Amino acid sequence: MTDERRATTTLKRLSAATYLKEGALKYLFLLCAFVAVMGVALIFVFVGVRGWPVFTDVGAGDFLFGGLWHPGEGAFGILPFITGSLVVMAGALVLGAPLAVGAAVFLSEIAPPRVRAVVRPAIELLAGVPSVVYGFFGLMILRPVVADLTGGLGFGPLTAWLILAIMIVPTIATLTEDALGSIHPGIREASYAMGATTWQTIYKVLLPAAKIGIIDAIILGMGRAIGETMAVLMVVGNAAVFFQGVDMPISTLTSQIVMDMPYATDLHRTALFGMAIILFLFSMGLVGTVRLLSRFNERVR
Amino acid sequence: MTDHALADHFREPVDDHGVKIAVRDLDFYYGDFHALTGIDIDIRERGVTAFIGPSGCGKSTFLRCLNRMNDLIPGTRVDGTITLDGEDIYGEGVDPVDLRRRVGMIFQQPNPFPMTIYDNVAFGPRLHGVKKKGELDEIVQKSLERANLWKEVKDIMDRNGLSLSGGQQQRLCIARVLAVEPDVMLMDEPCSAIDPTSVQKIEDLMAELKDRITIIIVTHNMQQAARVSDETAFFLQERMGEAAELVEFGRTAEIFTSPQDRRTEDYITGRFG
Amino acid sequence: MDKRLSNAIALGFLWVAGITTVVVLAAVIIYVLVNGIGQMTPEFIFTRPHGVNAEGGIGPTIVSTVYVTALAMLIVTPVAILAAVYLAEYAVQGRLVRIIRFAADTLASVPSIVMGLFGLALFVEALGFDFSMLSAALALGFLMLPIVMRTTEEAIRAVPKYIRWGSYGLGASKWQTVSRTVLPAAMPRILTGIILATGRAVGETAVVIYTMGQAINVPITPMDSGRPMTVHLYLLAMEGINLPAAYGTALLLMAMILFFNLTARWLLRRSRRIR
Repeated sequence: MTDERRATTTLKRLSAATYLKEGALKYLFLLCAFVAVMGVALIFVFVGVRGWPVFTDVGAGDFLFGGLWHPGEGAFGILPFITGSLVVMAGALVLGAPLAVGAAVFLSEIAPPRVRAVVRPAIELLAGVPSVVYGFFGLMILRPVVADLTGGLGFGPLTAWLILAIMIVPTIATLTEDALGSIHPGIREASYAMGATTWQTIYKVLLPAAKIGIIDAIILGMGRAIGETMAVLMVVGNAAVFFQGVDMPISTLTSQIVMDMPYATDLHRTALFGMAIILFLFSMGLVGTVRLLSRFNERVR
Repeated sequence: MTDHALADHFREPVDDHGVKIAVRDLDFYYGDFHALTGIDIDIRERGVTAFIGPSGCGKSTFLRCLNRMNDLIPGTRVDGTITLDGEDIYGEGVDPVDLRRRVGMIFQQPNPFPMTIYDNVAFGPRLHGVKKKGELDEIVQKSLERANLWKEVKDIMDRNGLSLSGGQQQRLCIARVLAVEPDVMLMDEPCSAIDPTSVQKIEDLMAELKDRITIIIVTHNMQQAARVSDETAFFLQERMGEAAELVEFGRTAEIFTSPQDRRTEDYITGRFG
Repeated sequence: MDKRLSNAIALGFLWVAGITTVVVLAAVIIYVLVNGIGQMTPEFIFTRPHGVNAEGGIGPTIVSTVYVTALAMLIVTPVAILAAVYLAEYAVQGRLVRIIRFAADTLASVPSIVMGLFGLALFVEALGFDFSMLSAALALGFLMLPIVMRTTEEAIRAVPKYIRWGSYGLGASKWQTVSRTVLPAAMPRILTGIILATGRAVGETAVVIYTMGQAINVPITPMDSGRPMTVHLYLLAMEGINLPAAYGTALLLMAMILFFNLTARWLLRRSRRIR
């Protein structure tokens, strides 16, 4: 090896410029990722600051558990909306969750490939339909049907349940299908090999194995239902009263905010932001529950 | 005679070429796992050196130490020295990125980038600052010619590299490495994922290339090692969970006809592995 | 109950569940199509609404929707992609990553009206952007961010390891590897994510209703207000005026969403064929 050759092939040292550039880029990317954290923090601060005074001026008890909503007369009880939201969500889940889990099991376990090629895109498209179109559809098609059935006007929880049940199907179905898809195929074969029918395999083996995933899916479906705004608003009737029957108008947290926002001032407006805080905390709580569940699940495994 | 004396005996130069890569007392760790121990080896310039041994014997791990690919795996650690032309590649401040340009690598799975054939070969030169179209064209053509692929692809340069056959893809990867003019080319089982006729082409190619660059090939195929290499190193992990070591190193002809170590002989005659 | 009978009944239910989704989707599409197709005239698409019954076209609302969506996409795409690059290529699992993921998941599940009020409080009022395309686009951006982030991260993770090795083996630095091989290889799936998020933004109502305003207006600069198609449809439907125009708007909205969805599917299928 001659000295000449060595001179031409000396290994380059790490240049400070490259080192700095690569390091700076890393922090730029971290900053971008932190925009998500910033977003949550900003929502907290800006909705929180606007809404907080209602807890002091009206009082947390009177605000959260007051049964009367008369902004004109200084009555800011949102219990009717909280219960309204819960009623609407519960009904939508009862109708929608079995449908969604059923559709997911259908897709993952029994649908022939050709049928699957139609059903899966259909579910994805259902997720893409704008909520205002769902609301419009509910208003024009479902409401008259409900009105005929119940003899009322058709505005109320029942119509909202029907439309929301459809809307939460994509959320629950896709996540449930993922959960079923991640089950080791050997488990299925073992069950069939023991002489189990398709349904026994699904009911006794697959659904229990995918349990955590399905619970996650349903929790996120709850979030979708409680947070849904336009579709509910257009069919639920928007009366600031407690639940009186499936065909009697009620109101929810989301729909009441949209209805009152155009003319609300002062404390009334603050109260609407206060309702947004409740919604935000609720949805954050659901996400947190899902995270805890999955961490718990990892530990069990 | 001790093992060491034997090794020294076989370390006599094959020809008058100098030592390209010298490894001294190398130990390698994946986290807590001690993967390689006490490796001493001199890789000669402009020749083909083959690493053989049963799977899991650490030969690929060792190969990846030579261009610091293992740096990309978190938790790995190297003790001992590796020098390239007398310079410590793990030395203070050495840029592993530049090292990898000098010590190119071919992988088991042909890995063309999902872009055109031209862009695949031009990728390296562009990285290192070649921008002029004429200059790039020249490098691309020359590299493809040296990889014996030019005739097959010269009319389809703007096709996706992934549309080629497995063997062609591997030669495209070789051209891609040649385009950055490395001194050393590491080949990690380059023929195990491609068809037999293509294997022949790649072996011919290695014979042509070794006049200009140093080639190190990891192979599980002993016939291949015997056909293509000038020197052969046999690695072995004696027991599960133990560090692997270099058992024997010498001229290929000697290793295959009269191995000095019992374990090498057992492996070559097919008694285990 | 007999094992075979219960099996048959249960499978019957599953078939019904699966088929129901298709039937409902078909019902919505056909209903909107049948009632809205008569509206599809150049006049409806290009002219302004006028008069107490909002007669005429919906031109300005289409412009507003396209404007705000494009603006939101331009703002969110670089941030979301780089954030995903961080999560997929640079981040080490730990508390920081957990916080980022939790934040992204939370953002993805924020009720849209909450996002709307947030946009109103921060962009419209605190920052003084007023009812404008910019305010609405920023609020929409926070809605799209987690969607694009997640799909991009998945796309990056799906790029095979050995493609990265090839690049490192040629002496590419980390950023060179990411920008020149990993991102191009992941691009079709990243685009799919962007398109789907854009579809979400097009159909969004509650986020934009109190950030963009409701004035019928053709926006020119990002500081102009406007009324998107969704809000127009909502107002027409709730007030029961000019239902034909409501159907027409719904049909155009659905057509846009379908277009986005089909484009995304086509891209995804094409990228799979090359692999």
